[in-house]
Amino acid sequence: MRPFTYERAASPAAAAAAVQRNPDARFIAGGTNLLDLMKLEIERPIHLVDVNGLKLDGVEPAPDGGLRIGALVRNTDLAADRRVRRDYAVLSRALLAGASGQLRNKATTAGNLLQRTRCPYFYDTDQPCNKRRPGSGCAAIGGFSRQLAVIGASDACIATHPSDMAVAMRVLDATVETVRPDGATRTIPIADFHRLPGDTPHVETALEHGELITAVTLPKPAGGAQIYRKVRDRASYAFALVSVAAIVQPDGSGRVALGGVAPRPWRVETAEAEMPQGAKAVAAKLLAEARPTHDNAFKLPLVERTLGAVLAEAKG
Amino acid sequence: MKFDTPATTNPIDRLAVVGKPTPRIDGPLKTTGTAPYAYERHDAVPDAAYGYVVGSAIAKGRIVAMDIADAKAAPGVLAVVTADTAGKLGKGEKNTATLLGGPGIEHYHQAIALVVAESFEQARAAARLVRVTYDRADGAFDLAQARDGATKPEGGKSDSDVGDFAGAFAAAPVRLDATYTTPDQTHAMMEPHATVAAWDGDRLTVWLSNQMIAWTTGDLARTLDMPKEKVRLISPFVGGGFGGKLFLRADTVLAALGARAAGRPVKVALQRPLMMNNTTHRPATIQRIRIGAERDGTITAIAHESWSGNLPGGDPETAVDQTKLLYAGANRLTALRLARLDLPEGNAMRAPGEAPGLMALEIAMDEMAEKLGLDPVDFRILNDTQVDPAQPDRPFSQRQLVECLRRGADRFGWAKRVPTPGRSRDGRWLTGLGVAAAFRNNLLTKSAARVRLDKRGGVTVETDMTDIGTGSYTIIAQTAAEMMGVGLDRVTVRLGDSSFPASAGSGGQWGANNSTAGVYAACVKLREAVAGKLGFNSADAVFADGEVRAGNRSVPLAQAAGDDGLAAEDGIEYGDLDKRYQQSTFGAHFVEVGVDAATAEIRVRRMLAVCAAGRILNPLSARSQVIGAMTMGVGAALMEELAVDKRAGFFVNHDLAGYEVPVHADIPHQEVIFLDETDPISSPMKAKGVGELGLCGVGAAIANAVYNATGVRVRDYPVTLDKLLDRMPAVG
Repeated sequence: MRPFTYERAASPAAAAAAVQRNPDARFIAGGTNLLDLMKLEIERPIHLVDVNGLKLDGVEPAPDGGLRIGALVRNTDLAADRRVRRDYAVLSRALLAGASGQLRNKATTAGNLLQRTRCPYFYDTDQPCNKRRPGSGCAAIGGFSRQLAVIGASDACIATHPSDMAVAMRVLDATVETVRPDGATRTIPIADFHRLPGDTPHVETALEHGELITAVTLPKPAGGAQIYRKVRDRASYAFALVSVAAIVQPDGSGRVALGGVAPRPWRVETAEAEMPQGAKAVAAKLLAEARPTHDNAFKLPLVERTLGAVLAEAKG
Repeated sequence: MKFDTPATTNPIDRLAVVGKPTPRIDGPLKTTGTAPYAYERHDAVPDAAYGYVVGSAIAKGRIVAMDIADAKAAPGVLAVVTADTAGKLGKGEKNTATLLGGPGIEHYHQAIALVVAESFEQARAAARLVRVTYDRADGAFDLAQARDGATKPEGGKSDSDVGDFAGAFAAAPVRLDATYTTPDQTHAMMEPHATVAAWDGDRLTVWLSNQMIAWTTGDLARTLDMPKEKVRLISPFVGGGFGGKLFLRADTVLAALGARAAGRPVKVALQRPLMMNNTTHRPATIQRIRIGAERDGTITAIAHESWSGNLPGGDPETAVDQTKLLYAGANRLTALRLARLDLPEGNAMRAPGEAPGLMALEIAMDEMAEKLGLDPVDFRILNDTQVDPAQPDRPFSQRQLVECLRRGADRFGWAKRVPTPGRSRDGRWLTGLGVAAAFRNNLLTKSAARVRLDKRGGVTVETDMTDIGTGSYTIIAQTAAEMMGVGLDRVTVRLGDSSFPASAGSGGQWGANNSTAGVYAACVKLREAVAGKLGFNSADAVFADGEVRAGNRSVPLAQAAGDDGLAAEDGIEYGDLDKRYQQSTFGAHFVEVGVDAATAEIRVRRMLAVCAAGRILNPLSARSQVIGAMTMGVGAALMEELAVDKRAGFFVNHDLAGYEVPVHADIPHQEVIFLDETDPISSPMKAKGVGELGLCGVGAAIANAVYNATGVRVRDYPVTLDKLLDRMPAVG
């Protein structure tokens, strides 16, 4: 077997230091993604640092009127939180659109942000994949790409980020709080958290090795109608072909982010100025740089139509 | 027992046990997790080592070099089996590609090695250390491209030609000429192929998950070049098969070879990501259908041609067969063409032929009805036939398609359907209704059983029949209980063991009728033995309430059995009733869908199947078969597709995340109605099968409902939102 060592961290900083000491160490929280990847030998950690005991599982008011969500808050609990349901409905809806009840019971807030792509070529270790094995090539380009990115991709990788929750976090302007091995903390705006692939698709986030997410903070409630609409071939337990997270104010202004179309939750703030003009104008700006494949070109009209339905729903 | 004249009244007709909605007798074992499946036979084989399969990383070519030194040296490794180390292997009659590849590679993920270790994790880690150098060859992976080079398949799958199709079609005032496609599909059963193999000297026992024990016993012996008598197969529980477990597969061969190499028992379960490319699948088809009719709707010409691909030596998908029989029409043509493809082996999946064939034909019928301005139910009824259209002196043994359609239309509220597409709306949903005929032939094949009566009056049935989740245990117990006049609680059924008499096995929806007919035959013989022993005239003897009675004498069965018990073995064999009569099962599927007006997401809202399939032996398990099949039809219609990478030649979405099958949220209210029917031509049971009928036509009924909802006719399955989007109404 592929032996690995395991420890329970005593504090967030200690956890960070334990991972930093070893380039092949990984944090483990819910394990819903990591354990699958280990079984497939896509992830091969030699040391696991279990952070589940770190008491990062509270949801508490933030000083500025927002909400601070501990890194270990389970998706099920977060979706059911009264304050989230009332003030950040888009987040609750996004969470409930994802995975299955069993997975949501285990999956954590931080882990959800760190999900790896569901590109089928990433999962097939007999195929080249720059994300899995840097420099080996991308089998998805020119291959089966129905689920894959239409924008933000590169010549090295056209994978999408699979999270629903992250799309809602993006539209809510969440902030990621981390601790580094030396105990220093920092905050990373969600907009800067996920990286585009460029020529280093294996680098997926702004986190340094060993840097541990401790919380995700939401700013004070944005109000408005908050909608998450996930489009998929089957009614449940499928990744989004396209998803739309939107906050729409009574005057028609608002914000929108997309899932299922890009290597990270896709938001273009300048496109939001077009919201009063309707979905077509917003989608055109959101996807102006899109380079779809033959298989996934349908995502462009699908975004526009889904956004149109969301804006109509917001209007009531 | 030779069955060559239609059945008359027999003990089954009492219907004291048969025909009752009996819960599955193996249900408690399954719901308590105590039914022993192949990979879990720790009870029988406590010391099995673990095998992990290495699949080829190329679709076609050769292995130039294979370095197994590091794998063999890895911790816990007991043996590494490759084509080099395995010695000369034969090939099963039912296999197209070899089950252990190398040096030649015939398809992606063809097994090329088995690593055997003390633990599963050790075997998996060591498998990664097997280093293979390939010489990749070009292959044909695209059916559409290979279509022009397709040829007439060899043996048995000939074209049919009745009257003058070309002339009649040209002369027909209303014509349809359309092409449909169905994708490659995978069985995606819950339990993977799994085997535990143990050698005792030169004798081999395998515990496996398999639908056809006799076929597979023979093919395992053939592959290992050993006498069949020295091979024993045990497969009492099967966690789903759908045709994927009809044959000997790599798990069994490799477990046997691994056990020989390691000198101890070995267990192998095919890893899920390997299953889609390593095993068989339902091949994709391209189907051209032409129908010509008079203006009144009478079909005068009907043609169905289908193209599919396979590895050399493989068979075509017989997608045109139902078109020979389903509708009337004097001028007819069918043709199958087979292209050579280097994708994994195509083979049977639930309702092979009819499932994809009806997906096309029953859209064509919907299109034709619209051209004619006829209701699709009426159009089908108008073109019903009670005889084989190619041989009018050959009637159907039973055919209640019209009744299925009428009863279903009435029950479903078909009259409320808005014939003009795109005119029915419920909030954000465009709604539509669709109908399709269901058709699947009833196949007769011999089946044997052994029945014992013990001194306590208990009855034990042994046959190598399998229960793949279908209810075989229960209907066999019902049959034996009825025949011997005992309660179900007095009957023990033992299945899936090659040391038992050979049965029909589970395939082609022939299992229920044939296997119970075999048990019937054995019970008739046992009744004769009982009567003979008691000096009764066996024709007069009545078996009921645990007794046998004749005249004014009655003797408890326990007493009749005596201390040594009584046993009988017999089977059913068939004469030419299936030549003199066409035996088929029929049904009608009705479906309501909603299509999201903005996103074109399709969700099924209601489903109804009305089936006419002979005597229903157990309405509960039969209903389960039909609703399961309807669910599979939702998958086929709306989401299931093995995506082909046409460059590298493999199915890309080879796991259950990428290959979507319906989840609970996709399946709405389902209703099943069985018409009251017995078919004395089919067997002494007067039964047929429903396990595949339930799938036949569902896909087209859904596609037709989508058309009714949206006005968009999709002829390429699966019907996904991207194929509708550009013709959906404006949003907002």
